[in-house]
Amino acid sequence: MAIAIALILIVAGSVLFHLVSPWWTTPLASDWGAMDDMLHLTLLITGGFFVVLNLFLVWTLLRFRHRPNHRAAYRPDNRRLERGLIVGTAVGIAALLAPGLVVYAKYVSPPAETIVMEVLGQQWKWSYRFAGADEKFGFVDPRFVTASNPFGLDPSDPKGADDVLVPGNEVHLPLGKAVKVLLRSNDVLHDFYVPPFRARMNIVPGTVTSFWFTPTQTGRFEVLCAQLCGVGHYNMRGFVVVEPPAAFHDWLAARQTFAVAMKAAESGGVNSSDPLVARGRALAQAKGCVACHSIDGNAGVGPSWKGLFGKTEHYADGSSAQIDDAGLRRDIKEPQARVVQGFAPVMPKSELSDAELDALVAYIHALGGTGAPQQVQR
Amino acid sequence: MSTPVDKILPADAAVDHGHAPQSFLTRYVWSQDHKVIAVQYSCIAIFTGLVGLVLSDLMRLQLGFPGRFAFIDAAHYYQFVTMHGMIMVIYLLTALFLGGFGNYLIPLMVGARDMAFPYLNMLSVWVFLVAVIVLMASFFAPGGPTGGGWTLYPPQVITSGTPGFEWGIILMLVSLLIFIVATTMGGLNYVTTVLQLRCEGMTLMRMPLSVWGIFVATILALLAFPALFVSGVMLLLDKTLGSSFFMPAMISMGQATNYKGGSPLLFQHLFWFFGHPEVYIIALPAFGVVSDLISVHARKSIFGYRMMVWAILAIGVLSVVVWAHHMFVSGMNLYFGFFFATTTLIIAVPTAIKVYNWLLTLWRGDIHLSVPMLFALAFICTFINGGLTGLFLGNVSVDVPLSGTYFVVAHFHMVMAVSPILVVFGGIYHWYPLVTGRLLDDRIGKLHFWITFIGTYAIYFPMHYLGILGMPRRYYAYEGYQFIPASAQSLNTFITIVALIVGVGQLLFIANLIWSYFHGERADSNPWRAASLEWQTGHTPPVHLNWGAKLPVVHRWAYAYSVPGAPQDFIAQNAPPQAGGDEPEQGALRKEHAR
Repeated sequence: MAIAIALILIVAGSVLFHLVSPWWTTPLASDWGAMDDMLHLTLLITGGFFVVLNLFLVWTLLRFRHRPNHRAAYRPDNRRLERGLIVGTAVGIAALLAPGLVVYAKYVSPPAETIVMEVLGQQWKWSYRFAGADEKFGFVDPRFVTASNPFGLDPSDPKGADDVLVPGNEVHLPLGKAVKVLLRSNDVLHDFYVPPFRARMNIVPGTVTSFWFTPTQTGRFEVLCAQLCGVGHYNMRGFVVVEPPAAFHDWLAARQTFAVAMKAAESGGVNSSDPLVARGRALAQAKGCVACHSIDGNAGVGPSWKGLFGKTEHYADGSSAQIDDAGLRRDIKEPQARVVQGFAPVMPKSELSDAELDALVAYIHALGGTGAPQQVQR
Repeated sequence: MSTPVDKILPADAAVDHGHAPQSFLTRYVWSQDHKVIAVQYSCIAIFTGLVGLVLSDLMRLQLGFPGRFAFIDAAHYYQFVTMHGMIMVIYLLTALFLGGFGNYLIPLMVGARDMAFPYLNMLSVWVFLVAVIVLMASFFAPGGPTGGGWTLYPPQVITSGTPGFEWGIILMLVSLLIFIVATTMGGLNYVTTVLQLRCEGMTLMRMPLSVWGIFVATILALLAFPALFVSGVMLLLDKTLGSSFFMPAMISMGQATNYKGGSPLLFQHLFWFFGHPEVYIIALPAFGVVSDLISVHARKSIFGYRMMVWAILAIGVLSVVVWAHHMFVSGMNLYFGFFFATTTLIIAVPTAIKVYNWLLTLWRGDIHLSVPMLFALAFICTFINGGLTGLFLGNVSVDVPLSGTYFVVAHFHMVMAVSPILVVFGGIYHWYPLVTGRLLDDRIGKLHFWITFIGTYAIYFPMHYLGILGMPRRYYAYEGYQFIPASAQSLNTFITIVALIVGVGQLLFIANLIWSYFHGERADSNPWRAASLEWQTGHTPPVHLNWGAKLPVVHRWAYAYSVPGAPQDFIAQNAPPQAGGDEPEQGALRKEHAR
């Protein structure tokens, strides 16, 4: 009767695993406690079914296993029993569905008074936009997208001039205020997922999707992409900082508006007109380099390229060296030869021609050579 | 070449259809015999499945030991994930259940000499082989196979930034289109055979549930695969000719594209309009087969046969109106959520009935713990588990936080990977003697069973908890995410080790198949003492055209087990009418009810 014992162990083991599991929902940080309640209710009902049905199976196996000279009963049907089971199951299902739909009804109807935040998902980073003083978002279209206008705002739309742009991966939100999140992408599908908020939605290029929640805890929460978006999908990180409203407004006031950003872009900066640099940037994206190497100073899976050139790096073997042209080429061709301290030796070798290597190095050079590194927001 | 008329007319005479085997080539290669074609289908599917198995262990290596295996970089990881998914769902399970089990069992179980269109049937398997070859070719194409996920969501699956966007995706789509051609040729055959070639006395309500499951699954396949076909063609046009069915105006890797006006959501609707019935294309044959395994090995008539048939039909009908539960957070109109959550949870009722009836079949049975029965029991356990977690994901407000996490991975593997494959194993252990004339080795079979059952449960049960934690699926690595505790990595390592053991354990099964073919114990013509027709040909394996000079005549249902007063504990479907064991009639039931 090994199978009966195995089934008992599976039931007991599953229940025990549930009780001692250190893996459970992240602490709730929004007002979507109703979703957690639904999870618990569903777990309770289905868990009950799981235990009862399996133990019934065990009991059946113990009682009716084959014995010599024993014959099975002939009972091909029992309408009353079947009808009872159908009704019972239907009631159980309705008990799950009805409260579930009530919660969902709340999900599809955001409150009238909300802060509106736009999230821009991009292979493989996050940016954010607020409507600014006029509380109206400027018109956007992919045809306006350039390196200096990643949001694709229409420069001629006056509503867009005061839009507040947050190009980094980190955004702030006020505690206790309902937030309506508008989701937009100019490239592929993404999903804005912050586990402690529970609420979330896919991002679909060509349309604007949305969801809403109210942050109920202060803190710094990780943003993940939860819809496969290419080779850098797993590394599309961001942060939402929830803070008291006053701090949020100070933070928001310190952000650049679109008009200011466009002015800054016109005055030069990293956007080199060198075609080699442009080619390098395209390569870095096509080869997926930017999935691990940020260009804004934030450390990813690999070191950031911002300010990398000319920097003195410390390596896992204890040595240190200044990053120069030759060293950079060697690092790209033989990524495991020396690994920067604090990073895992995970960089794959890439098939790059010498011309491609030149372009990449020129791009990294351009990122490191101009101006002071941007202040990283922590 | 024969025509369908040939098959329908000669009810009593074993006429030569022009496809009687004459040489090795016509007997085993260009064979039109459904039994040979079934074995060909199964061998191709199992071989492809082994590739899928290796891919799953490779991706588990990365998840269990991140970065330890340098050759598994992010691009390779996504390619492994994608190919594993597509291979297992389409090229293993669909092909094996319909092309393998369907081909072998339908004509034998309904008392036909062969499929309605034997030549088409032969074409089907060879076209299937072409589909597999094209699919495998993508491993050797420049850029490798596609890494866009088995759901092939545009835009990313055809734009740079996704591995295999150059050739891999084209080969994948072409292979799918070819596969659908093969499935359609097979499917038309199965449906026609069930409807037209049943022997005398084999009413629809006397057919074994295996046939019912495969029959309804095939109808679903004929209705659902066209949705995949058109979406595949449209995606192929978007990729190669630059049309914009699914492609909105967009930027790809900083470069403007010429696409505009297309809808990525349209693809998702088409994909899941195929994709959800696809789940039942796999599940319904498994439901049918496992019903038969339980009934035969518990020596008891299936409980509530009529209800079982109606449940299969109800699930089949409902399965085409639940597709958007895969898209609750896709960005589609939010109000769809109400409708699709409701239809999805309604489908739980007929599904639950099936579980109850399997349990009630076992109740007061004479349960023989043979290897097929062990697999059937394991199926009940994993299917209860996977079915119940479906109530989490089908209920839209519970799905919102769980969507796209490991909870989903755990759920669908438990319900449509582990459960059907356990039935596949049970079915192969059960019918191998019919196919080869020899029994599979019992000890190797039991070892294989324990490794597979306990192993897969240990892999997928804990995975639900990683999903509840919020760990997203399709991640190459999780380092640096603070909300994921270090212990989650230990759990992942544990899962990988178990997955490797289960993977290697499958070699036992392959070894058993080969070893027993030559050295297995010889089986008599009905080793499990089953009542259904496939065991009543008098031969194992059945000869060409299955039946001797006369087709069988059926006098009762397939579940006349342990009938009171009968000399044996089963009465064959084609035993003379006076042997008794009729199926329960409406009237008799009413009388019993009144008592």
